[in-house]
Order: sequence, then C-alpha cells, then structure tokens
Amino acid sequence: MNKKQKRTLKNIIISIILLVVVTIIYKLFLQELNISSVIKRIIAIGLYLIPYLIVGGKVLLKAGKNILNGQVFDENFLMTIATIGAFVLGEYTEAAAVMIFYQVGELFENIAVNKSRTAITSLVKLRPDYANVEKDGELEKVDPEDVNIDDVIVVLPGEKIPLDGVIVEGESYVDTSALTGESVPRRVATGDNVMSGCVNTQGVLHIKVTKVFGESTVAKILDMVENASTRKSRSESFITRFAKYYTPIVVISAVIVAVLPPIILSQSFSMWLGRALIFLVISCPCALVISVPLSFFGGIGAASNHGILVKGSNYLEAMAEANTIVFDKTGTLTEGVFKVNQVVAIANEREDKIIQLAAMAEIYSNHPIAKSIITAFEETGNALDKDDIIDVEELAGKGILLTHKEGKYYVGNQALMNAYDIPLSEELMAEVSKHLGTVCYVADEKDCIGYITISDVIKKDSKNAIERLHKQGVKNSVMLTGDRKEAADKVAKELSIKTILSELLPGDKLSALESIIKNNDSGKTVFVGDGINDAPALTRADIGIAMGALGQDAAIEAADIVLMDDNPGKIATVQTIGRKTIAIVRQNIVFALGVKFLVMVLGVLGVANMWLAVFADVGVAVIAILNAMRMLKFKDDSM
Amino acid sequence: MKKRFDMEDLDCANCAAKMEEAIKKIDGIQDATVSFMAQKLTIEAAEEDFDRIMKEAVKAVKKVDSDCSIVL
Repeated sequence: MNKKQKRTLKNIIISIILLVVVTIIYKLFLQELNISSVIKRIIAIGLYLIPYLIVGGKVLLKAGKNILNGQVFDENFLMTIATIGAFVLGEYTEAAAVMIFYQVGELFENIAVNKSRTAITSLVKLRPDYANVEKDGELEKVDPEDVNIDDVIVVLPGEKIPLDGVIVEGESYVDTSALTGESVPRRVATGDNVMSGCVNTQGVLHIKVTKVFGESTVAKILDMVENASTRKSRSESFITRFAKYYTPIVVISAVIVAVLPPIILSQSFSMWLGRALIFLVISCPCALVISVPLSFFGGIGAASNHGILVKGSNYLEAMAEANTIVFDKTGTLTEGVFKVNQVVAIANEREDKIIQLAAMAEIYSNHPIAKSIITAFEETGNALDKDDIIDVEELAGKGILLTHKEGKYYVGNQALMNAYDIPLSEELMAEVSKHLGTVCYVADEKDCIGYITISDVIKKDSKNAIERLHKQGVKNSVMLTGDRKEAADKVAKELSIKTILSELLPGDKLSALESIIKNNDSGKTVFVGDGINDAPALTRADIGIAMGALGQDAAIEAADIVLMDDNPGKIATVQTIGRKTIAIVRQNIVFALGVKFLVMVLGVLGVANMWLAVFADVGVAVIAILNAMRMLKFKDDSM
Repeated sequence: MKKRFDMEDLDCANCAAKMEEAIKKIDGIQDATVSFMAQKLTIEAAEEDFDRIMKEAVKAVKKVDSDCSIVL
C-alpha cells in the first residue's frame, strides 16, 4: 500500500469506529432524551457528519470542483447527492455507511489495480538498474543508458545482463526465464550473443555491447508491454461507450422515480426519493469500466509469464476468435536447422565433387539450406578454392547458377532444372521421391550429375501444438512451404495439418495467405512465422505471430504476438489465455449489469434498500475485480 | 509524431475514458489514448501543434479530475 492508500484506510477505520460510537449514542441516549425532535435531528446530523466528513470530505470537495468544471455525471457528485439525500430522509447511518463503503470500494479498486500493475511489470524486474564498466582495473556502476556500443561491460554472477552484446570473455549459464518463461538455463561462452534481461548464474562475463539501452531487448519488451494497454479491445471500447450513456440514463431514471410516482400515484415524496437515491448509488459504471481493461491486462500479464508478448488487448481478443492458423513451415514447425543427409553422384561423378560444386555455388548465400551444404563440405576436410569461381547468380526460389572456371553448373531445385531443360530421368525421380526433405540437384550444362538431400527436423512440440489447436476449435491449419509436394505432404501428415500449400516461391506466400484470409469469413486468420523474411505476411494476417523472436528486432516490430522461445505449443496457450480473458470479461459485464439492474427493479418496488445498493455498487466492483485478477494466476498445464 | 506521457493519480477508469474523449476533441490531434492500466497518455499529433495540444490536454485532464496530472 502506498501513502495515499494508507491514509484512506486510516480514515475508513476511524469513520467506522466513530459511526458505531455515534450510532450507539444516538440509539441509546439521544432518542431517549426529552427534547424537541428538531433539536434531536440537528444533534444527530451533527454527530453523523463527523464520520461522514472524515471519510467523504474529499469526495465532497472533488464533487464541488468537478461540478464547477461542468462534470455533471461525475461519480463524486452523484455519491454526494445520494448521501445528502439520505441525510434529508433521516437515514443517517445509511448516509455515512454508503460513503464509507464507497471509499472501501475505491481503496480496494486502487490496491487491486496497483497490484496487477506490479504483477505485469514484474517484467519490470527485467529492467537493469546498472551496468558494470571496468575502469582502471576497478568496476564502476553506471546507468545502462550511458553505455555506448562497443563498450565492454562486466556481468557478475547473479546479476542481470543490462545490455545486448557479445561475450568477449568468460562462460556461464544464463537464466532466460524472465524473457522466455523457459526455466532451463542456457550455456553461453565467448562469441555468443547474449540478450539483456537474462540473469548470469555462474561465471563472470565480459560483454561487448552491441546495442544501446533504448534499442536493447529489455527496453523493447518493456516498451511493448507498457504499450499493450493502449491498444484497446472491442469489449473495452464497447464498455466505455456504454458507460457514457449508462450514468446519464440511470440518473435521469432516478429523477423520474423521485418525481413521477408521487405526482401520479400521489404517494409520499420521501418514500420515492429514498428509492431514487438507490439509483444514484448504483449509477457509477466503475465496476464495468475497470474490470474489462483489468481482465485484458491480466491476460497480457499471464501471457508474458509464459514468454508470450501480446502487443495489445485487441490481439488477445482476436486470438480467441482465431479459426485458421497458417504456419510457415521452416523454423516454426521445424527446427529450421538443416542437415545434409546424403550426397549422391550420378554416373561417373564423384561425391566429393558434387558437394564441392554445391558449396561453391552456395558460398555467398545465407539461406539455411546453403549453410548446411557448406557445413557438410567443411566436414569433408577439403578446402574451397574461391579463385575457381568466376561468378554466382542467385535465381530466387530456384537455386544458383555457378560459373566455374571449368564450366557452368546449376545448383538448385527441380524448378531450376526445368528452367534450364536439364533432363531428370524417371529412375532418378523415383529414387529422389523416397527422400524426405529438400533435394538440391547439381547439374552441368547438359545433365544432372548428382544431388544432395537435406532435411529439417520437425520440432518435438509441433504435433502436440497442432492437435491442441484443433481440439480448441481451430478448423483449418495450413502449412506454407517451398518444399516439394511429397516432402511437404509427409511432414503435414505427421503433424496432422489439414491444408498444405507446397512448392511456393518466397513471393507466393503472401498471396497464398491473402487468399486464405479472403476465404475465411467466419473467424480470424493467424500467420505464424519465424520472423525471418516474413514481415509482410506477419503484418497482413489478422494476427501475426513471430516465433523464437528473441533478439530479432524486425520480427518483434512486425508481429502482433511474439513468442520469445520457439515452442509452437505457445500458440494454443495464447489462444487459451485469450478465451479465458474474454470469458471473464463477459462474466463481469453480465454479472455487474445484472445485479445493478436487479437492484434498480427491486429499488422501484421498494424491496431494495440503501445497503443493497451499496453492495450492488461496491460489492460488485470488488467481485468483478477479483474475477479479473484470476487471469494473472493463469498457468498452462498442458505445456 | 507520437509521444507518451506518464500520468499521476489517475484513480478512476471511467475518468480515463472521459479524458481520452476530451483530448481526442482537441483541434489538430491525430490520435490519443489514455491507458488507465498503464497510467499513460499517448498523443499523436503534428510536431508544430504539439506544444499547444499538450497545454490543452493538461487542461482537459484537470477538468475531468482535478487531482490527476500529466507528467511533462
């Protein structure tokens, strides 16, 4: 509790004690006194005003100020009117009690909101307070914001890594749990990149800084989480719009209740005034207005505890409605780490020549497949003579045209072979089709002289992830891949993916996604990518999810939801969180409105009294807040 | 230009909504959000209008809740 809250609590306690004392005095002594009822009344009001003003003085003051500013439907003002009305009707205890409970409710609301705010920004515990910089052999603590790129910082065991960088000295295990939710520490050593926000658990690390603080992972994540609540969900906008009309309508109803029945039915004015006051007490829409963003805030917090960053309440809401999930295969469903399985030479060629030519062709390429070929070549122990290469030309989505000093070679997929009219015999095709994964052909100007098979490993969580999504009601799962149809179908079958779009060129993915979105009119379409080269698709989909995006700025930028680790199961988790959040939001709206409406009806019928109205206002708010806070405790059991 | 400001003593969610609405009505503003949960105000407006808009935003906030203020 902060100072302000403590003060409020103190006032509340004093008022409650005083209220009890005053009530005892009033009931036991004052009413027995033999004086005129007007004096009795004045004394009673004076007595009850003490606890009333102690707890509600501020409310009255604020009401006055706000009414001067033209805020007619201000909650402070309405509370003031309601309680003054109760005084007028002689319901002194009720008047003071309503004010006390109103303050209790406010206090509770305040504490709850603060608590969930800190829970979320427990992510803020990510925020490093200092960085150690070595100066004249001694460590000096400086503000992380003052450290420049290429400075070397020292991180001691148990300390947070304050800035992103490369280890130049030392090795250790780092705990990435604050970022990824993953509890197994990761081993790092010289040359490895490390992310700010991780905790160094063992050795001393010397890190060369690669990003200034504002650009570092921690700053980005904090920024994103803080920003998340500014992107409001539909339910949130709905409820604020609703609140705008709710208060005036209830207040006008109160006036009608106070005025009309006494005139029409010629009943007592004070009876109907009492009933109207009940309306005023429940006219504040706070329970509703607060519980919706609080629920979403809790949902976003729960997600970040699982290493899932959701960039806005709206995305959490949309995720709950997602019915089509489109995966970019490589790096999301598969590890994205390719390995050469087999090098096959045809006719009189030698295998080492095949792999050498392929490696030459791919030498400047950054594609994971190219890298795997180069790695495989390096493992043969042979060296590559770059002078033999005259030119390499990359044909996107097909392969590479290598101009070797001994002649021209084509290294790439079937499309490349077809494009240059290289014949692929039926026997060869039959042989190739047995392989899973990618096949890279090597051909001279006339014939295919060999091929290399490369495969990517399916992540162990992928199958379970897809099954969970289907079970949760995702009706279509789609896999996009540049792989051959046979290989793609086999992977898809293993993962029980429903739709496969294979042999796509890089540019085709976006248009494939667009047509999926166009044909899906019953729900939201999600695109899941590993963040490499798929920013347009991430942006285009209703929800773009970037996976394993820790440290990848472009992906973090383009995606709506970022999975810090690369576990595809988190997609189902975030959907569950979204649905739970929406469920809580709905419960709150129905419950709060239901109770308020019921109390209004009972109020008009004369069944409900002031106490029930206080419950309908404060009690409902408290229950709605408690309900919303359940989200913070969400734990995904199926992970 | 988009800027974010911290808010102090923003105690009521409904007030935040009212402030947001009031600030959105300021002349020249492109977008504004008041996040009750994050206690933050985000304003998007052209650079040359910013100072004037901020002054008006401060007033708008005070008008809804006199205790609440924008940390400039």
